[in-house]
Amino acid sequence: MSDINKGDSILEIRGLAVEVQGKRILEGLDLTVRAGEVHAIMGPNGAGKSTLSQVLAGRPDYDVKAGTVRYLGEDLLALAAEERARRGLFLGFQYPVEIPGVNNVYLLKAALNARRRQLGQPEVDAFEFLGLVRDKMRLMQMDESFLSRGVNEGFSGGEKKRNEILQMTVLEPILAILDETDSGLDIDALKVVAHGVNSLKRDDRAIVLVTHYQRLLDHIVPDHVHVLAGGRILKSGDASLALELERRGYDWVRAEAAAA
Amino acid sequence: MASTPTDLDALVAQKYEHGFVTDIDSDTVPPGLDEDVIRMISRKKGEPRFLLDWRLKSYRHWQTMREPHWAHVKYPPIDYQAISYYSAPKQNSDGPKSLADVDPKLLATYAKLGVPLHERARLAGVAVDAVFDSVSVATTFKSRLAEAGVIFCPFSDAVREHPALLEQYLGSVVPPTDNFYAALNSAVFTDGSFVYIPPGVRCPMELSTYFRINAAKTGQFERTLIIADAGSHVSYLEGCTAPMRDENQLHAAVVELVALDDSSIKYSTVQNWYPGDEHGVGGIYNFVTKRGECRGRNARISWTQVETGSAITWKYPSCVLTGDNSVGEFYSVAVANHYQQADTGTKMIHIGRNTRSTIVSKGISAGHAQNTYRGLVKVLPSADGARNYTQCDSLLMGARSGAHTFPYVEVRNPTATVEHEATTSKIGEDQLFYCLQRGLSAEDAVNMIVSGFCKSVFKELPMEFAVEAQNLLAVSLEGAVG
Repeated sequence: MSDINKGDSILEIRGLAVEVQGKRILEGLDLTVRAGEVHAIMGPNGAGKSTLSQVLAGRPDYDVKAGTVRYLGEDLLALAAEERARRGLFLGFQYPVEIPGVNNVYLLKAALNARRRQLGQPEVDAFEFLGLVRDKMRLMQMDESFLSRGVNEGFSGGEKKRNEILQMTVLEPILAILDETDSGLDIDALKVVAHGVNSLKRDDRAIVLVTHYQRLLDHIVPDHVHVLAGGRILKSGDASLALELERRGYDWVRAEAAAA
Repeated sequence: MASTPTDLDALVAQKYEHGFVTDIDSDTVPPGLDEDVIRMISRKKGEPRFLLDWRLKSYRHWQTMREPHWAHVKYPPIDYQAISYYSAPKQNSDGPKSLADVDPKLLATYAKLGVPLHERARLAGVAVDAVFDSVSVATTFKSRLAEAGVIFCPFSDAVREHPALLEQYLGSVVPPTDNFYAALNSAVFTDGSFVYIPPGVRCPMELSTYFRINAAKTGQFERTLIIADAGSHVSYLEGCTAPMRDENQLHAAVVELVALDDSSIKYSTVQNWYPGDEHGVGGIYNFVTKRGECRGRNARISWTQVETGSAITWKYPSCVLTGDNSVGEFYSVAVANHYQQADTGTKMIHIGRNTRSTIVSKGISAGHAQNTYRGLVKVLPSADGARNYTQCDSLLMGARSGAHTFPYVEVRNPTATVEHEATTSKIGEDQLFYCLQRGLSAEDAVNMIVSGFCKSVFKELPMEFAVEAQNLLAVSLEGAVG
């Protein structure tokens, strides 16, 4: 279906430096994400995890001062936010916004059709679309009433996160970046969300989880774990690194990096 | 980063679609206003004596009044002697007897505006009265309406054909002394629509009047009177446009609604007068008095307005709830972009027992525009059990626009319940970015967010016009973001 094969480069970040309101947040960040992989980016508060997510998604007001980002071989930073989305880059927001009066389904259909136009596929009609969404809603254990509600309007924190993952499963992105998707979820909701994310895993896609906690990684097992601190990746490892971080915190990573 | 919207109000480049001028011979009187001009208007229209006297009385009263300046709007002084008070497309006889007699240029004008006057090409089930400058040029579906006993005709025809109804109701809701512009209108009004729905009749189709200002340096002073007799129902829509001109043009209309026992009037407006250019040059001054009286028990009057045009809007469609159990409603979307100024809202006057009113106002400001909601809820001592619910929401786009809310509440009956909710929000960078991240264009995202904001008002519009209103909103805000 796609011409992306397992192991192909999806995202290549080199020497990325970013300022937000004049403050340097990222400094010399390198990261490579290949098709078929799940990456977890962990790190202390204020390390720049959310900044990285937002910059990759194309948020205005984030000044890229240096570095390059290639996405599927293209210069990602030259693309507008909506162009990135249409090329299959999805950001699951840490704090999804409410858009009162705008129907969930309406936004989701517009989003899917924007993606399909980019792929040269015909737009989905309402009937076909509803069938698709209902399937995914079952997967996410979401109530039917969701269909008639406004975008995140009056949703609980958990419902908002579920909605993000629902959108992701409908849009089937090539690169999904999930920013603190586990925060604010109880254990049952966490399992549902993890199930949704796992359903997306495929050899021609990649997932980047940005998270504080190891507990999400019990349910979505990462291939690579990175520690982001002081604006760059200080250490990378496999799933066992997350367990070690859970046990020992971040200070030893910083000390190690300082000594190196 | 290509087209990422870093500045929400940068995409300011709205196009006004109806700005063309129809090149047509007009019979326009020279600018200026005195009793002779009023006599001339009255003579041209073949009016009965009582109406001329009424006009002159209004004019004399107007001369004692001062232009009001309490609204939150700014404009240079208006020279009332520089305005022409009568302009009509030239015709062979008194007026068109049928559509076949209407100047093809006029028909083309309305076709261009999307208002088909040919009955075979009309919007299904909508009867249209079209007013061009000072006169009505065509009313469609007259015969089908007549079968139901409904009178829907140009005001000038009503003057000649239904003088008794006119004498009974004209000025009974908005007296000539009501305010400066109502007095001026009463003196010089030229045309408009007249509607009478007989007892027990549900009007078989939507009625619609389309107002067009064409001639330069003219004012449009139309007068609309709608009477719903006992147990009758009517839905009426008004649309308006004008050419793009550098000078400001005055539009001072009066609309009166009378709802008798158990009747209902739904009055919807899609106002798209020329708003001026992006520097605030030109545009219509829309100083309008609209008021309905629920004169009978269980009567209902509902105003729905979508205001996207005019340089300045000064307008408060109101309900006087005289009859017991009567209901007044006001649903409004007011959009102001560039240098537009809108001061609009409503008055709900509760007089009868158990009267109820609902106010839902959505104000959207973009560019340098100022948008004001001004509302009065007044409960008189007689209005036992009166209830009001008011919701005012403002949406700001960009940093240079303003939203203001002046809600006045006057309650003189302890059994009354009055609720007021108000919110002001900025069209969020967050909301916008969220939509962009889902692949929507900035323009689609803004339209979607704004439509969502206005949803509770749009659903009150008749179906055909809800779509038109949504499109109009999209055009008005084109370029407001990006």
